[in-house]
Amino acid sequence: MNAPILLQPDETFILNVGPQHPATHGVLRVKMEMSGEYIVNAETVIGYIHRMHEKMGELKTYPQFLMNLSRMDYLGALGYSHCHVLVVEKASGIVVPERAEYIRAIMVELNRIASHLFWFGAFVMDLGGFSPLMYALQDREHILDMLEAVTGSRLTYCYFRFGGLYNDIDDDFIAAARRFIPRMRKSLKKYKALVTGNIIFRKRLEGIAPLTPEMCRKYGASSAVARGSGINFDVRRNEPYSVYPEFDFDIPVYHECDSLARYMVRMDEIEQSLRIVEQGLDKLPGGPIMPDKKPKIIKPPAGDYYQAVETARGSFGVRLVSDGGKNPYRLKLRSPTYSNMHLFDEACRGMMIMDALAFMGSLDLVIPEIDR
Amino acid sequence: MRLTLINVVIAVVAAIAFAALNAAYLVWAERRGAARIQRRPGPNINGPFGLLQPPLDGIKLMAKQLTIPGGADKAMFIAAPILAMFPAIMSFVTIPFSDTIVAKNMNVGILMIFAFASMGGMSLVFAGWSSRNKYAMMSSVRAVSQAVAYEIPMLITTITVVMITGSMDLMEIVRQQSGSILHWNIFPVLGNSHNLLMPFSFLIFFTCTLAETNRAPFDLGEAESELVAGFHTEYGSMGFGLFFMGEYANIVVGSCLTTILFLGGWNCPFGLFPGVWWFILKLYLLIGTFIWIRWTFPRTTIYGLLNLSWKILIPLSLFNLLFTAGLLKVF
Repeated sequence: MNAPILLQPDETFILNVGPQHPATHGVLRVKMEMSGEYIVNAETVIGYIHRMHEKMGELKTYPQFLMNLSRMDYLGALGYSHCHVLVVEKASGIVVPERAEYIRAIMVELNRIASHLFWFGAFVMDLGGFSPLMYALQDREHILDMLEAVTGSRLTYCYFRFGGLYNDIDDDFIAAARRFIPRMRKSLKKYKALVTGNIIFRKRLEGIAPLTPEMCRKYGASSAVARGSGINFDVRRNEPYSVYPEFDFDIPVYHECDSLARYMVRMDEIEQSLRIVEQGLDKLPGGPIMPDKKPKIIKPPAGDYYQAVETARGSFGVRLVSDGGKNPYRLKLRSPTYSNMHLFDEACRGMMIMDALAFMGSLDLVIPEIDR
Repeated sequence: MRLTLINVVIAVVAAIAFAALNAAYLVWAERRGAARIQRRPGPNINGPFGLLQPPLDGIKLMAKQLTIPGGADKAMFIAAPILAMFPAIMSFVTIPFSDTIVAKNMNVGILMIFAFASMGGMSLVFAGWSSRNKYAMMSSVRAVSQAVAYEIPMLITTITVVMITGSMDLMEIVRQQSGSILHWNIFPVLGNSHNLLMPFSFLIFFTCTLAETNRAPFDLGEAESELVAGFHTEYGSMGFGLFFMGEYANIVVGSCLTTILFLGGWNCPFGLFPGVWWFILKLYLLIGTFIWIRWTFPRTTIYGLLNLSWKILIPLSLFNLLFTAGLLKVF
């Protein structure tokens, strides 16, 4: 039998939250130094599912690497593919037909809604409410069905091609998307009544884990983490790409800086994405989905290219350094969750463990995207 | 009823059977109820409506190996799940289901139930302390502060009822509520007290029952998103099974007590055909509310929970006690 450990009153102990723990939603490990229920210090330990995507980017040719991007963030995969194809198109000067760009935007926004819905369910489950997850998954199911019919897969899409798309959308998809928009609006009202207005839910989030705008800037946070702290930045509007300038949508910004503000930003973003999808369907031009003229082998001229997009989790960037060959010389992926997560170490000091884990939920971490 | 050996055996077997059956089938009811709330089928494969699920779950749990972690305090580790189940079963001895169905009526029935109920907290401490697991330890510390905080308003509210009826005998308490719904302690317009604050007393008592039985939204002891599985993290096999059944048995005891103290026991709301069926109906309506609440609300925080008790429920229940005492003096 092991000798008992006697803990002095002022002594702290180490609590390993993860790599297998229900709150971390993946293989993230947080080493917490605890004093009772209070966190004295925390250190996030990553690297448990590192798969060397960046190295693979150097070893594979451009088309071969297309499918890797969707393996980074399995919940909002299309945004990541979008960034990759955009930077390669920019580098090699491929002109994308307008219809393809519209369809891309519609698909990415639908995927963003699906991702936010899953986050919403998982977040409320972190707080102990299980039923909203089931409702959210049911709504998400409609999106996945729609995307499956067009792209052929439900999570890890390989739908975008350099210059266009793999498959055109049909009338069934458009009808399904039009049916989905009012349904989702109705569900949003239900979530508002069931979750947002719930007194226990509000008490757990209001004023908890304040993140100052300075801190968000220091760590390079983006998405709802930054916008919940009053930083009015969204790549879709600040550095417009694709056909986003054509759409009329708002960037929800909250100035409360707490967990509830981050929650509210994401819930409002669902509504804004619905607006984009609606406008995209209205404005959808005809024409081809692949350009007439496209180089057979993608060989961007030597140079340094960068493109950022707004994914469901924040601003994602791909930096492509080409030496003119068939493979990139270097492919750096700037993933938003990586920056968002590192806030946790500093922000959770002095918090109770249950508030800290609620705060972690509000950051919307997807671990494969950190360990890319 | 004479206290012969055969009577004792029948009473013990009936109490255990009632507690165990309820515990097993409430798990089924909870899963079916949760499924209905979440728009999914729930367990429906084994038997009609999945009714064979609880016995099969029991067999599965019993077939598993009981592992005791290295460094654990063996005696305490084994005693904890037994302590979780046993007070609940003991409480059934004195609970009257109707004016004839009661194992042993005592004139201090309430006192006995509370005495056993407070032993339930001990099982959590034992489990958390002996497991040698940080999560279990934190959970049991939470459970103790929770048990202390919520026993106080619960007892004060019970004292209010006892003051109105002037008896600690559960049968006497029900007898005084006979007649229509207006005689019940929850809304005593025609009864012997005219305390219009009693509905609030009922709410306080019900909230405390939720907290005492570690049910959502007060299930901080087993908050799975923070403490993995709380105090029973290290338990498998029937050790876990007993904790699980103990939780449901405690819910049944708490609901029985609420029914007796506030909802008129086996009395009909319209004063017709009093009998055990009314008791059962009220009991399962209350349990249904327990399940409904669990699948609707998120979990509170530990400080929110303690604040609710010390800053709101205890002052309110004390005020209610004072008010009732004043009313009794006046009338």
